[in-house]
Order: sequence, then C-alpha cells, then structure tokens
Amino acid sequence: MTFTTFMQHLVNSISLGSLYALIAVGYTMVYGILRLINFAHGEVFMFGSYMAFFAMTTFGMPWYIAFIIAIILTCIFGMLIEKAAYKPLRDAPRISIMISAIAASFLISNLGIVFFGGIPVTFPRPDIFDIRIVIGGVSIISVSLFIPVITAVALVILLYIVNHTKTGTAMRAVSKDYEAARLMGIDVNRIITFTFAIGSSLAAVGGIMWALRFPALIPFMGIMPGLKCFIAAVIGGIGNIKGAVLGGLILGFGEIMIVAFLPELSGYRDAFAFIFLIVILLFKPAGLLGKNIAEKV
Amino acid sequence: MKRNNKLNIIAILAFIATLFILNVTLDPYRLRIFNLAGIYVILGLGLNLVNGFTGLFSLGHAGFMAIGAYTGALLTMSPETKEMTFFLEPITPILANIQLPFPIALVAAGLVAGAIGFLIGAPVLRLKDDYLAIATLGFSEIIRIVLTNMQTITNGALGLKGIPGNANIWWIWGVSLAVVVFMVLLIKSSYGKVFKAIREDEIAAEAMGVNIFKHKMMSFVIGCALAGVGGALLGSLIGAINPLLFRFLFTFNVLLIVVLGGMGSITGTVLSAVVVTVMIEYLRVLDIEMNLGFIRIPGVPGLRMVVFSLILLIVILFYQRGIMGSNEITWEKLFDFKNRIAKKITRRKSS
Repeated sequence: MTFTTFMQHLVNSISLGSLYALIAVGYTMVYGILRLINFAHGEVFMFGSYMAFFAMTTFGMPWYIAFIIAIILTCIFGMLIEKAAYKPLRDAPRISIMISAIAASFLISNLGIVFFGGIPVTFPRPDIFDIRIVIGGVSIISVSLFIPVITAVALVILLYIVNHTKTGTAMRAVSKDYEAARLMGIDVNRIITFTFAIGSSLAAVGGIMWALRFPALIPFMGIMPGLKCFIAAVIGGIGNIKGAVLGGLILGFGEIMIVAFLPELSGYRDAFAFIFLIVILLFKPAGLLGKNIAEKV
Repeated sequence: MKRNNKLNIIAILAFIATLFILNVTLDPYRLRIFNLAGIYVILGLGLNLVNGFTGLFSLGHAGFMAIGAYTGALLTMSPETKEMTFFLEPITPILANIQLPFPIALVAAGLVAGAIGFLIGAPVLRLKDDYLAIATLGFSEIIRIVLTNMQTITNGALGLKGIPGNANIWWIWGVSLAVVVFMVLLIKSSYGKVFKAIREDEIAAEAMGVNIFKHKMMSFVIGCALAGVGGALLGSLIGAINPLLFRFLFTFNVLLIVVLGGMGSITGTVLSAVVVTVMIEYLRVLDIEMNLGFIRIPGVPGLRMVVFSLILLIVILFYQRGIMGSNEITWEKLFDFKNRIAKKITRRKSS
C-alpha cells in the first residue's frame, strides 16, 4: 500500500468516523439520562435525511434553508417520539421500555416505507459539497472535508451547552442521580425533552451529511448506522460525550482500514463493529472512557 | 391431580384427532399457515423461556434459528441437490455426501444451535439488561454475516434451495406439543422456580445460594436449542433459506408473540403464536392491491408491518401484561370458570 492510498483511506475513515460520532452522541446522551437504548434514534436519523431531501426536491428550497428546516422538523420529531413511546413508561421495568423503543423503531421505518416509498431515492448533492480536490495525489470530495469540520463545530456547541449553561448542569445532575435531581427541584421531564431535542438535532445533522456522502436514501437506512453508533457509544463509555466521539472515530477507522488492509475480509466489514463491541464489553465493560460503578443492593 | 392427568391425556388425544381432521380438511395454503403457527409456538416458547421466565433480554433468536435451519438443511439435502445448489463453489467434501433422516437432523439442529448458544452465552451472559440485549443482537448479526461469507458450507448469499419438505403437520405440531409439555414440566420443576427467582431478583436469588450463571446459561442454551429446532422445521417447510431471511425482523416477530401472549406464560405464547401467524398471513391484503370488481383498493407496501409495530407499541404502553400476563390456563381455572357461569345461569333462572 502506497502512502497516497493510505492517506485516501485515512480521509475516508475520518469522515465516516465523524458521522458515527455525531449519531453516537445522541445515543449516549439519552442513555446517560434515561438508561434507555433509544432504538428509534436510527430512524430519527433517517427522518432527518428524508426531510432535507423533500425540502430540496419537492419544495425546491436552497440547500441551506432546506437543511435548517430539516433539522428543526427532526428535532420536533424526536421530542414527539419521547412523549409518545417513552414518557408513559417512565416507571416501568427496563425490558418494557426497551421493547417500546424497538416497536417505535419498527413503526417509524415502516411508516417510512408507507409514506416515502420503498424505492431508494437519490439525494441531490449541492455544488459546494461536490468539488473534487486533489492534494498530493489524494483525491477528496469536498463533503469529506466538511463532515469533520461540521462535526467538530456541533460538538463544541454541545459541550458548551452541557458544561456551561444552567440547562446543561441540570442535564448532568439528572444523569448522575435522577431522584436526587428531582428532589432538588429540577423539572426532570423538561430536561429529558431537551435531551431528546439535542440528540435528534445532532442525528439530523448526521443524517443530512450521511445523505451527502452516501446519496441513496431508503427508509431502512437508519438501522445499521443506528446499531453501529450505539456500539460506538458503548465502546467509548456510555453516557460520556467525549467517549462517544472517540468510539465513533475508532469504529469508522477500523471499518475502513480492515477493508483496506485485508480485502479478503471485506465481507465481514459489518461484523467488525459487533465483534469489537463484544471484546470491549468483556474486558472493559464500562467502555474506554467510562467509569466503573459498583452495583448497589 | 389424578383428574388433571386424565384430562391432560384426553386433551392431547383430542388435539391429535384435531390435527388429523385439519390435515384432511384444510387446503394446502391454510395448512401451511397452521404449520407456520406450530413453528412460531416453538420459537416463541424458546424466547419466552429466556426473556419471560428468566428475565434475560435476548435479541439473538434469529441467529440461532439460522444455525438450526442451515444444520437441518445441510443434513437432509441429497448429495445431488447439494451439487446443483452449490454451483458457484462446490460444497466442502465433508458435507457433500451426508444425508441423514429428518428426526436426526432435527435433533442435530437443536444440538448445534444449543452448543453455539453455550459458546456465545459464556461471555455474553455476564452482561445485564440492555448490554445483554445489544450483545445478543450483535451475535445474531455476526452469525448472519458469517453465514453469508462461508461460501463452501452455506452457499453464501444465494442460500440453500431444494430442502426436502419433510416437515408436515405431524412433525411440526408433534414437536411443538412435545415442547409445550417439556416447558410445563421444566417450569414446574425446581429449575423453573430458580429461573423465576433470577427474574424477580438476581441478588436475592444469589444470596439464597443459587448458582446464577449456571441457571442463566441453562435457560439460554435451551432457548437457543428450541430456536434451532424451530429454524430447521421452518427451513424444511419453506424449502429454501438464505441469510437475509434471518434478519432482526424475525426476532421482532417472535418478540411480538412473546409480549402479546404475556412474558412468562406458556399458554399465552401458544395462543398468541397462532393469532399472530394467522394475522401475518391475512394482513398481507394490506400490502397488495385488492380488486373487488367494481373498485380497486391500492395496496400500501409496509402497512402490514406498521400494524404489527403499532400492536406491539400499544400492548407495551397500555396493556403490559399481554393476553395472559404471567398466568396460565389450567384445568382448575377452566372448571372454576364453568362453575361461575353455571351459577350465573341458575341465578338468572331463579330470579
């Protein structure tokens, strides 16, 4: 393998890894607060890219307006899912909440088939994202450069919100101790809704960039990335935003490099994430950046 | 107790007689649906043992079904069919000439799925709740990916065709009857009580001296083996399998049956397996165009699954107990019910 092809793979893996990271953050935030795998997160991601698609094609909006509208709609959509499928089960056993999440995920992707159709549609790529840049033999499409930058900006904003605002402090409090936070007068339901809103907006940003990178949209497109990004969140240490970013980058890097270095294993590309997950769960169950918490009786 | 034993025998005989009548009277399409329901009973009971009775949330059922289906198919297909099916790359010589009778293949399917369940369970069952769910789901995906890539053993993405259709109503419902009896005995035994204890409170069970890991493993392996047997019967019933068949969607169907029937209820699972299978088939009309002669109702693809996910969502949101909760239909309850109705009638007559 020459240096140029390696650089080519490196660029690809960073852009894929940033996409994973962006979606993984949504999982990790919801898990941190509700202790719930939001199975429907992949569907939120799908919804975001479809909204951008319809805004651009059916309504003929310019891409920047279309993207903003898509993010707003997806944000509302995520809050609605929480209200409908998770809120009524706040005090139910965890298995019930998880089944509800699985049902919601299936419901949304199949509603997607009903309303958006089962045939893949092609996402139009605005010119600015479609410039081919050649640096020292490495050919990059401009969207691959935009993705890490946009991810970084989104994460900086997110970390600011979480660490330096009042709502962010409340979010951290709820995730640390749900009951105590409620007793201290924090409106837990409002914080949960807010968490879903942020997670869904990030999923929308991820979905739009995913569609720019891989322009074929189908209603089931959210399932695989959804699972992988949850795995990324677990690898990094669930509940930990920086961990989710690290996990996403590792996953993107691993997937691309396995195919690059061991082409005969390319059929196993999708298995990589799951194998990695199991190895991590066995040797470092709290994830790479997570803290081990002893179980209380 | 003696009366119940007699009633049990009578019920089983009546059930066999019903099978005999159904086998003659049902047309092939309906018979197939009925057989499919029998397979779903086996699959549902396997998942209910793990999820409902032991409280381990496993989402890997489809993977173990796939293992069973492939084992069953490879052991029963004739060498000529194998040669025809594996036209891209020839099958490994070890498997090429094996052809075993169907019952042995069924047992082998259960054993192989159980053994792989044991290997997977050893690391995975240390995990809890959602971690366990995601790890089993991961393993089920890995199994599917491995099956897709082992060209010389599984014929890869093309799958296996021409699996001998040994699975008739007798095999399928015979096995599911045996599984029901086995489950009833298992749950009544001390093992069943330990499973329930683990479900209710793991730490308390451990403090009482129960070997948690051993019993979890036992429940998981039995569940996997049942999935394997169900998978082998399914392969034989539909005649062709490929890795895409065993996606997460299949686990979803079985999960729907278990939740709808009631987590931790054998009779509930049997009832809902039949109801759900019949619904899966008859709601197909939602997906295809209907022509009523004077009016055409366009089918909406995907609507059927929307209905199913809505049912699951509504059950879990508003009626978490499902049809049966963790209760069972027993002879005592049936007699009690009969007596109450009789009393009501006499009261109405006297007034």
